[in-house]
Amino acid sequence: MSAILKAPLTVEFPFTRSLGPVQSAFLTGLRERVVLGVRAGDGRVVVPPVEYDPVTAEEIRDLVEVASTGTVSTWAWNHEPRRGQPLGTPFAWVLVRLDGADTALLHALDVPGPDAVRTGMRVRLRWAEERSGAITDIACFEPYDGEPEEPAGHGGEFAEPVTGIVAPARLDYTYAPGRAQTGYINALAERRNVGERCPSCRKVYVPPRGACPTCGVATAGQVEVGPGGTLTTFCIVNIKAKNLDIEVPYVYGHIALDGADLALHGRIAGIPYDQVRIGLRVEPVWTEGARYPDHYRPTGEPDAEHDTFKELL
Amino acid sequence: MNREIAVVAFAQTDHRRTSDAVSEVEMLMPVLHQVLERTGLKTADIGFTCSGSSDYLAGRAFSFTLALDGVGAWPPISESHVEMDGAWALYEAWVKLRTGDADTALVYSYGKSSPGSVRDVLTRQLDPYYVAPLWPDSVALAALQAQALIDAGTTDEPALAAVGARSRADAEANSHAQLRGSVPQGDYLVRPLRTGDCPPIGDGAAAVVLAAGERARGLCERPAWIRGIDHRIEAHGIGVRDLTDSPSTRLAAQRAGAYERPVDTAELHAPFSSQEVILREVLGLDDRVRVNPSGGALAANPIMAAGLIRIGEAAARIHRGESDRALAHATSGPCLQQNLVAVLEGDPR
Repeated sequence: MSAILKAPLTVEFPFTRSLGPVQSAFLTGLRERVVLGVRAGDGRVVVPPVEYDPVTAEEIRDLVEVASTGTVSTWAWNHEPRRGQPLGTPFAWVLVRLDGADTALLHALDVPGPDAVRTGMRVRLRWAEERSGAITDIACFEPYDGEPEEPAGHGGEFAEPVTGIVAPARLDYTYAPGRAQTGYINALAERRNVGERCPSCRKVYVPPRGACPTCGVATAGQVEVGPGGTLTTFCIVNIKAKNLDIEVPYVYGHIALDGADLALHGRIAGIPYDQVRIGLRVEPVWTEGARYPDHYRPTGEPDAEHDTFKELL
Repeated sequence: MNREIAVVAFAQTDHRRTSDAVSEVEMLMPVLHQVLERTGLKTADIGFTCSGSSDYLAGRAFSFTLALDGVGAWPPISESHVEMDGAWALYEAWVKLRTGDADTALVYSYGKSSPGSVRDVLTRQLDPYYVAPLWPDSVALAALQAQALIDAGTTDEPALAAVGARSRADAEANSHAQLRGSVPQGDYLVRPLRTGDCPPIGDGAAAVVLAAGERARGLCERPAWIRGIDHRIEAHGIGVRDLTDSPSTRLAAQRAGAYERPVDTAELHAPFSSQEVILREVLGLDDRVRVNPSGGALAANPIMAAGLIRIGEAAARIHRGESDRALAHATSGPCLQQNLVAVLEGDPR
């Protein structure tokens, strides 16, 4: 068996989220250098504020301004900051109970080393220079030995409130397709289409995924299929896909390769789109340097009889 | 309908740092076949199938559908999936069997953490408004909890190190475990947690067969009867919770009947040494209880399967006659956010 295939896979998404009334007030407040909490049913002030009572699940929206000074309730020293974290230099993760709040806010504390942090230490919030209405409007916390700051009593009403956030997310993976798919992809590089046969029901699956979905057993033994096949169904695509250099309309179809018990899909070309029909005999067209067939074209053979592919529809 | 449900078979993979050579379904299939062979059942005989996994580990949407190939997911299969640890899939299967809709269930779960960076991946389960944009990784959050325990005087770093050392020593007897024997405590990952306080990152899968009533007796010599099972959740805001306590575990244990009589074995899903300290206290486990004889999550923590493995390991001890009444616990989310407790018993001997 040839070497295991691997490839980088990056999943990246600008998560766009709308905000409820309490979240909106809190994040708008951060933009305006105001920290708001919400009063829960038991009288506690919850910061950052939630929309539903942590105990009773009742909807709550009685906003209360709290101070930007507070006390560390616990901490952890992060000597190797990771991508996306608040500070690029070593810092302490801290839970901070702001003066006037009864719960703690998670953020970073900017101090030179772990010896400069302790539970119970006094800290002050440091604002980011540019603020947009997001938790990152708080740059971090810093040590503070002054008096608790007095909140001005803001009620949570703002002009032009923030109604949504965009939270970019990116995760990096190394994708490894496993044994069966590696075999399939490697064969494609040699311009061969291979499937795997189920030892129980004898069906040949293309592309193989390593298991027979009907029997639930491992498939074994590569079987070469094609190169020719029969079009079992198709659709005509009239909308141009982004970043895809194919003129519309074009035809996309299910192709039962000769010897396969499952149809794979591919583009049909080399024939006017309005002359494509079920039963059409097709073959793959490989382009120079490509790792898979660019499209399938008619072979010129007579159409296949319906009985020969009806099980594959 | 009041019917007794038992775990009648359990199997797991060897848990390893990477498994590049196999896809998820290829990793899972041998385990599925093992539990079926142990009961003599075929996939078509199973009344209900339920699985647990996470798309975020694979980085692909609907990744569980590919794994379904391994169970012969062909009509008229009755099948479901939870985007959770397999322990919660087992809970769903238990409910299904209790209703009388099925007599047998196949529960499986799997996780391949190796393709991505699991510390970063797990940030995606956090509150997306106030927490996830700061990217606090799973070790950092556990470290906050560990420091809270140290501040409270409940534990200290040497005691935490001892938890890791005991787990990996116990894992000597578990050929499936990823870390076994003497493992250095290592440097701080996020202080106060060192490498040795944290779970290995690895790939693995597990499967369990459940059966109801007389069906269970026919499939297993000594079924592990689920006497009670319950799961509870706490506020998602970490700063709202008392990190030194686990009220959700206490409530789940109470509802599962864990406090009614002492257990002889406890399989705790504590991925971090500090979490075992909390769970022992909350569950009232003293030195007479054998805790994590498998080595627990500090010896092998295939994400999404490690909780189901706790139930499987506890049940397997009952099957082998090494336990009469065992507690199994599974957790999910940061700092023991969600907790499931099951109490298992063998028939009197």
